[in-house]
Amino acid sequence: MPTTAPEITLSARKLTRSFGSQPVIHDLSLQLRRGEVLGLLGHNGAGKSTTLQMLTGCLLPDNARKNGCSIEICGIDLLRHPALAKSHIGYLPETPPLYRELSVNDYLIFAARLRGMGSAAAREALQQARLRCGLESVGNKIIGTLSKGYQQRVGIAQAIIHRPAVIVLDEPTVGLDPSQIREIRGLIRELGNNSSVILSTHLLSEVESVCDRVEIMQHGRLIYGDTSARMQQYGQVSGFTISLRNPPPPEELQAIPGINRVDQLSAGQFRILYDADNNPSAALLTLAEQRGWQLQQLTPLQATLEDVFVRITDAETAATGETR
Amino acid sequence: MIRLIAWRELRSLFAMPSSWVVLAVLQFILAWFFLAQLQAFLDIQPQLAQLANPPGVTATIAATLCNTVALLLMMLVPMFTMRLIAEERRNQTLALLMSAPLSSRQIVLGKFLGLWAFLAMLIAATALMLYTLALGTHLDNGLLLSNLAGLLLLTASYVALGLYVSSLTNQPIIAAIGALAVLVGLWLADIGAAAENSPWHTLSPLNHFQNFNAGLLDSGDAAFFVLFTGFFLLLAMRRVHNNRIYG
Repeated sequence: MPTTAPEITLSARKLTRSFGSQPVIHDLSLQLRRGEVLGLLGHNGAGKSTTLQMLTGCLLPDNARKNGCSIEICGIDLLRHPALAKSHIGYLPETPPLYRELSVNDYLIFAARLRGMGSAAAREALQQARLRCGLESVGNKIIGTLSKGYQQRVGIAQAIIHRPAVIVLDEPTVGLDPSQIREIRGLIRELGNNSSVILSTHLLSEVESVCDRVEIMQHGRLIYGDTSARMQQYGQVSGFTISLRNPPPPEELQAIPGINRVDQLSAGQFRILYDADNNPSAALLTLAEQRGWQLQQLTPLQATLEDVFVRITDAETAATGETR
Repeated sequence: MIRLIAWRELRSLFAMPSSWVVLAVLQFILAWFFLAQLQAFLDIQPQLAQLANPPGVTATIAATLCNTVALLLMMLVPMFTMRLIAEERRNQTLALLMSAPLSSRQIVLGKFLGLWAFLAMLIAATALMLYTLALGTHLDNGLLLSNLAGLLLLTASYVALGLYVSSLTNQPIIAAIGALAVLVGLWLADIGAAAENSPWHTLSPLNHFQNFNAGLLDSGDAAFFVLFTGFFLLLAMRRVHNNRIYG
């Protein structure tokens, strides 16, 4: 069976951007293959939205065409042939770009035709997009009267209706309730099967659940890029919280081999930290049963984005220190 | 693509109650004015008949009404143009147009044509009202058509100016006040300039409408409107393009 790497749909090289004298993006390069979901992870103000705006042609990079700066969509140069390249992009900005006075159907047809679809093709695409985004029941409603969750879905439908090769989503799940978030994440995974998706987020869990690959951004630079599975190693903390209905004094927990530290959070809740190579949960469970502590809950600790950042930057400084 | 954007602009205009209200109120005011003019004409008709070369019904009623429309449009067009780009920017819908395969030229021309078509409907409604006079008397079609052509050109120049001002800001209300200030400013400078050859006369769109209003098709006036419109449309395209550079 011949295995060829999927084609590269988006390739950006050496993007730099500043607003006034304030540099926002430094020398950023990205590549994306078909069938890949890339998560752009970073704090607010890290430059995620600016990067996505440049990738979609809404914002020109500084001194475009100089210093090897280029953006290619499906092999077409976005800076030289914007009209050709842009028909392969679907873009959902931070605020969905909705004409609130139009009906969902009218708006989506407009979005499809704007990207160069014919009138008949646009109608067919409308059915598909409404089905995929769960908009079957609201086709004739005015967008302004829809709830925030539905508006966000219309925004996503607008970005995928013309079946673009590259789908750019800027914080697609902000402001949605948990069940909607789950639906949207499922949709993004599905989109990733035949297009490339790049999405920005500041939620670690979002990256873990939908992305194949992660690029972490800080102060306008990509500081780390890897598969999301490997990034999760950084996200793991050797610890858990437990709730006991009949808790012993903390000293008793502390005595279990492997446990480094016990913090009492409330009467029956403890946070337990242990050595990375010595997980005491089995020992703890046996003890809990023997002594009748009545274990109710055992949750592994989740690292915050902050923790991951600190670890990655620490790892980097350590690595550069070694090479010196 | 230009047609598509123009169509979207019209669609949005007709989806908003405010445009219907404006259309209705304006039509009401114009009808009132029209009837008042008609009454005045009927009252003085006997005296007019004694003159050697009396002004006809078209000159007395239609031309006066068109002059009023021209003045009203000056106040009204900024209310419509303010939304064109400023509101897209404020609602962040501009990103949709910017990330679509469109040039700044297509965006600006589409919006211009959409609003112009809408205002042309408003002018057409006035024309229909005037043509009801044809039921009772003979109308001077030449004078009427010259007035309508003048109104269309005048509206185009107003829309182009308003579109440019709208592209400068992201606050629709500032765009409205800005465009109104420029238009009223040009008009006041025109009527305030006493000297016959003052340059202010040549700059004011309303002054160039006067020949059309009198039934005189002057290519110089038509050229002024085309240049005025084209100039501000080009500036607007430039500004929309710069949006990509300055964010």
